[in-house]
Amino acid sequence: MLRYSLKRLASLIVSLAVASLVIFSVVEVAPGDPARFMLGINAQPDTVAALRAELGLDVPKWQRYLDWVGGMATGDFGTSYTYRTPVAQMVADRLWVSLPLALYALMLSTLIAFPAGIFAAARRGRPADAAVMGVTQLGIAIPNFWFAMMLVLIFAIKLRLFGAGGFAGWDKGAWAAMKSLTLPAVALALPQAAILARVMRSALLDVLGEDYMRTARAKGLSRRQALWRHGVRNALIPVLTIIGLQFSFLLAGSIIIEQVFYLPGLGRLVFQAISSRDLIVVESVVMLLVFAVIVVNFLVDLAYAAVDPRLRSRT
Amino acid sequence: MGFNIFRRGMGSALALSAAIWAGAASAQGDITVAMQLEPPHLDPTSAAAGAIDSVLYSNVFEGLTRFMGDGSIVPGLAKSWDISDDGTVYTFHLHEGVTFHDGTTMDAEDVKFSLDRARAEDSANAQKALFSGIESVEVVDPLTVRVTLKEPNGNFLFNMAWGDAVIVAPESIDGIKQHPVGTGAFKFSSWVQGDRIELVKNPDYWGTPAKLDHVTFKFISDPTAAFAAVMAEDVDVFTGFPAPENLPQFEADPRFQVLVGSTEGETILSTNNKQPPFDNVKVREAVAHAIDRQALIDGAMFGYGTPIGTHFAPHHPAYVDLTDLSAYDPDLSRKLLAEAGFPDGFETTLHLPPPSYARRGGEIIQAQLAAVGIKAEIINVEWAQWLETVFRGKNYALTIVSHTEPMDIGIYARPDYYFQYDNPDFQALMKELNAATDPAKRTELLQKAQRIIAEDYVNGYLFQLPALTVAKAGVRGLWANAPTQATDLTAVYWEN
Repeated sequence: MLRYSLKRLASLIVSLAVASLVIFSVVEVAPGDPARFMLGINAQPDTVAALRAELGLDVPKWQRYLDWVGGMATGDFGTSYTYRTPVAQMVADRLWVSLPLALYALMLSTLIAFPAGIFAAARRGRPADAAVMGVTQLGIAIPNFWFAMMLVLIFAIKLRLFGAGGFAGWDKGAWAAMKSLTLPAVALALPQAAILARVMRSALLDVLGEDYMRTARAKGLSRRQALWRHGVRNALIPVLTIIGLQFSFLLAGSIIIEQVFYLPGLGRLVFQAISSRDLIVVESVVMLLVFAVIVVNFLVDLAYAAVDPRLRSRT
Repeated sequence: MGFNIFRRGMGSALALSAAIWAGAASAQGDITVAMQLEPPHLDPTSAAAGAIDSVLYSNVFEGLTRFMGDGSIVPGLAKSWDISDDGTVYTFHLHEGVTFHDGTTMDAEDVKFSLDRARAEDSANAQKALFSGIESVEVVDPLTVRVTLKEPNGNFLFNMAWGDAVIVAPESIDGIKQHPVGTGAFKFSSWVQGDRIELVKNPDYWGTPAKLDHVTFKFISDPTAAFAAVMAEDVDVFTGFPAPENLPQFEADPRFQVLVGSTEGETILSTNNKQPPFDNVKVREAVAHAIDRQALIDGAMFGYGTPIGTHFAPHHPAYVDLTDLSAYDPDLSRKLLAEAGFPDGFETTLHLPPPSYARRGGEIIQAQLAAVGIKAEIINVEWAQWLETVFRGKNYALTIVSHTEPMDIGIYARPDYYFQYDNPDFQALMKELNAATDPAKRTELLQKAQRIIAEDYVNGYLFQLPALTVAKAGVRGLWANAPTQATDLTAVYWEN
């Protein structure tokens, strides 16, 4: 188990180093100067030069890269060009929205997907299965921003049960904060739940055909007991993989949902930073998301090992 | 859009639960104002971002002079001024008893500090040119400042009203980007980045106190989300409403009012006057006659916007209507193209920045140009890329952009500006205008200037960008027009 973990850790570090280089190069290659963006079309050349110097943009790129990587290694993510506040602080503030939102959505998605998938697998080929499959097909096909707009239309504009967007803030209490995250979480969760339910169902169906399931039935377990005790646990590996991917997606990929609900989350921060060429913010946040994805994958790998003892010795 | 499906049908049985869930209606002293863009930081004197002024101008920060909603310039922190006979020395008399929000006194030293900071060598002021004509700033006594100009400047009082020229204090300048300290009727309270900025009434304001106690600015960039936020009554006012197609729906709804005003934004088809074939005035004229402005306004702006024939705001008293010079006439356009040596038209490019006036308008213009044989390939760009490629690199043929700076006809006198329009006569005229202080003379010169650029067809002149505001029916005192980028809330109140 230790060897396995160390190997995974080494590959994690290499991935991060490569990612930092790729991110820096891609972001720096894009045309556009943050100082010029800040100062607009009437700025005089000496003003732009003064601001570039103030922002530290006048040093060579390789030096900026080293400063950036060196800073991150010591926990200093630099200072935003446009907001002029430490990137670490901005990211921390935004995480208080994005992380709960991702977890909320993941929880909803899992709560919907597990029962639906197991239910469908247990009734394979029957109308109930077909119904679940049909609904999940629809769930995958519907774009989440459209679904989000429909939720706003019905629950915010018509029924007035929720606000149309915005984040109440944790200082207004957990209830108010969670309430303002509910519609976005539902909009994010349903397409994910649809995917997860289908994966759950097919993984379970694969498992149900295995010899050990027949053995379990032969030794006297009921269908239901066999399904829960041996089936679901063995079906978890592909499901965990998908959950890991989904969590990364929910954390990094809620840009559109954050726009639709104007939530002050990470996605919106990146979106704003890209359009204003706030390079350091883009680089640092993307790097952080890469880090999060890699760590999540690392944890998923470890979770495999926990679920499946065979994996511990295999590597 | 399919929103209408839900307009009727669901009954009022839900009203009760709605009342419980939606929370109490906002108190009469509170208002929530939404706009599209969030300020990058809160120092109006060191960035071009209009969003900074939209939140802070006149509310938190004030200058020596200030804009009124109708575009006129009135005294601000300076209650009066004397101008020397040769027009180069301005002596400002400041209001007495003005304090900054941190309790320090606003006096002549602060004015000198602000003006000197804006024109300094290492100044990061985005409109440094406004201050470049200043020779010296002297403190005469705590309430008197003398500003000496290098040469007479008829625009000086106007320039001092800009958000970039507000008075700041040396005591609070270091924290200004996060915690602005001004002299206005509202004090900065808090900023949750990405979400909202809050202001509270300044009880010690030197002038007429604000009628509102508490103001929340929210930032909603997505047009659909903007519509939803107003419909759900999450916000009380939306300035610069981004979806003109939804305005009729608000107009029909008794809960809301729609204000349609004018801005300083001349929306133009900017043309690279040095790039062939646009270096030929006949080609530029052909482009101008190929454009059907009304179709453009109807299609891209859903009917909101005033056609313009030159680079000048139609609400300005000195405006001349020159739209006839470039009336829609595709036959004439084809004829001019043939005369210029392009009987079969030519191929070119059209760079479009993100705003919908450009992206939607660009497709319509593409079609209109195609009708006379000019095939324009659309290239969509982000603002940062537009600034780099089009504006700075001048590597473009045509682009659509709204020039939102007030009274900016002077940009045509800069041959290195991205239009690359180089006309010595026009440059001389602008010199004369800058030196002129007599209002009648200035009007005459301004009208001459408008005519020169219209007759040279420097750019395609499209329409004046409208100021679109949606507000709850009970809100009073909002600016309908936007003579500068501002959301002046100092006179806003709720009417029962």
